[in-house]
Amino acid sequence: MPGILVFGEMSQGALASVTGELIGVARALSAETGDEVSVALQDDSVGNAGEECISLGADKAIRVESALLAEPQIDAHLEAFSQVVSQAQPSIVLIGRTPIGRDVGPRLAFRLGVAVAQDCVEVGIDSESGRVVATRPVYGGNALSRVSFTGDDTQVVLVRPKAFEAPEPDSTRSGEVEDFPISLDESAIKARLVETVTQQAEGVRLEDASVVVSGGRGLGGPEPFEELRSLSDALGGALGASRAACDAGWIDHSHQVGLTGKTITPDLYITVGISGASQHMAGCSASKNIVAINRDEDANIFKSATYGVIGDWNKVLPSFIETVRELRDS
Amino acid sequence: MPLNIVVCAKQVVDPETPASAFRIDPDAKRVLPAAGIPPVVNGFDENAVEAALQIKESVGADVTVVSVGSGFVMDVMKKPLSMGADNLILVDDPAVEELDAFATATALAEAIRKAGEFDLVLCGRQASDWDNSMVPLGVAELLGLPCVTLAQKIDVEDDGIVVQRALTDGYEVVKAPLPALVTVSNELGEPRYPTLRGIMMAGRKSPTVWSAGDLSLDEASLSPKLSLEDLYVPVSDQQCEFIEGEDEAEAGRNLALKLREARLI
Repeated sequence: MPGILVFGEMSQGALASVTGELIGVARALSAETGDEVSVALQDDSVGNAGEECISLGADKAIRVESALLAEPQIDAHLEAFSQVVSQAQPSIVLIGRTPIGRDVGPRLAFRLGVAVAQDCVEVGIDSESGRVVATRPVYGGNALSRVSFTGDDTQVVLVRPKAFEAPEPDSTRSGEVEDFPISLDESAIKARLVETVTQQAEGVRLEDASVVVSGGRGLGGPEPFEELRSLSDALGGALGASRAACDAGWIDHSHQVGLTGKTITPDLYITVGISGASQHMAGCSASKNIVAINRDEDANIFKSATYGVIGDWNKVLPSFIETVRELRDS
Repeated sequence: MPLNIVVCAKQVVDPETPASAFRIDPDAKRVLPAAGIPPVVNGFDENAVEAALQIKESVGADVTVVSVGSGFVMDVMKKPLSMGADNLILVDDPAVEELDAFATATALAEAIRKAGEFDLVLCGRQASDWDNSMVPLGVAELLGLPCVTLAQKIDVEDDGIVVQRALTDGYEVVKAPLPALVTVSNELGEPRYPTLRGIMMAGRKSPTVWSAGDLSLDEASLSPKLSLEDLYVPVSDQQCEFIEGEDEAEAGRNLALKLREARLI
């Protein structure tokens, strides 16, 4: 029987948040197609993540356990998941566009010779054809495209993390948790992950911060970032930057916000000297309030901003920071 | 022995095109080139050319750039040559214009096979038009190559390559034997500017031009697997409240007061 199969990700022995989001998408699609929702969980030991998937809305959890799956070895996870897909023959495969999923998804599709839709922010079912229709940002976020799957092959859909809410767990739901007979050995790994180096910036993580202060090309050099850092510190926030500022070497790439950097969702996003190219907005458009200081009144950033000041940051910023400090101390 | 490196490059609409000049033909479902703004080589593909040239400088390499499309602007597509690449192959055919990722990967894989022996295929991490980041993965699968994405550093060693794969909070170190395919991210560093000498050398070189027929690509292998239903510019109803003052310093002060009033700070 056809079904919807989710590529379940684990993070340090627990279910990764993206997996809950995918189960939510799968349930919504299942309401249209009537398909069963299964989640494949790949790790050396899955623990009770299978039961967690059931409580989040899965009908079935498939434990795929191997010592080779303990690390995010992409080749091993791809081979294991290919085996699950070959056996399950799902109609729809849902994968998060994560560091591992972004490679596993397209490679799986090319291996199967089937279509894949990348980085989807909306996923639905066409009422006539019963096939998946998905919306995805293209041209750096300047445009949206809506694509549909033709034919009757397996449909591989990569979903943008954080674009969907995970369902609330319901411990009264029931479902099967079964073990998959995986056949995996070292020869599956051609490109081998040998080390992971974490470069976590000090203080609040950008992705978790409720306030983010970012600087861009308009700052003209590395020095102003010290002022922005003092502002973000004063607000208990994190420091961000546009790609242009990072590529120029003014600040480390770990601060980059945007399509190819970090996706942030703060309550308050203060941008200084950032024009708001769509590639940048792709990483911050979920901010609740955007504040822009920019010299160019036609700058794209003002189209998304709640509050803006048109002016030279050199003149606007010092009094802004001073007043923020006064208000904080008062 | 020098390495044979193939770099895949795509001609794209300039991503720096201001939003105000960004236009879509809704019937044709394609982006209209803005008047007076020439296309560019996809930025991440220039990062890949830079990576190839750094390897050429450290261990020696013959660098061949391959592109699939039509309507190539020769001055644009010769930029990798003027940066220091050795050869340029253009698969120039209306039949390979606007392909989906699957068909593009098929055409590129065929072109790379026809180009001869290779040790390393380098691609940009994604193209700035469709932002798919899928074609390189397809080329790797079709050619049966080990694949490492998002490289910020590539070192060639005796028994293969060592790649730093960029993550948002650091990087992974990945080892792979050659031949392999690697996609390159902007963290690798800014691509070099062409030198005057490079531009003159590139001017004297002629690209090798192939048609779809030269690669025995038939219609079936190029037919889309995904159908584009709609392409549109999202509308925003956000209204910006501009904060003013006697001078810019006062505007800064007023902005802080406004944020306090709105309980944002």
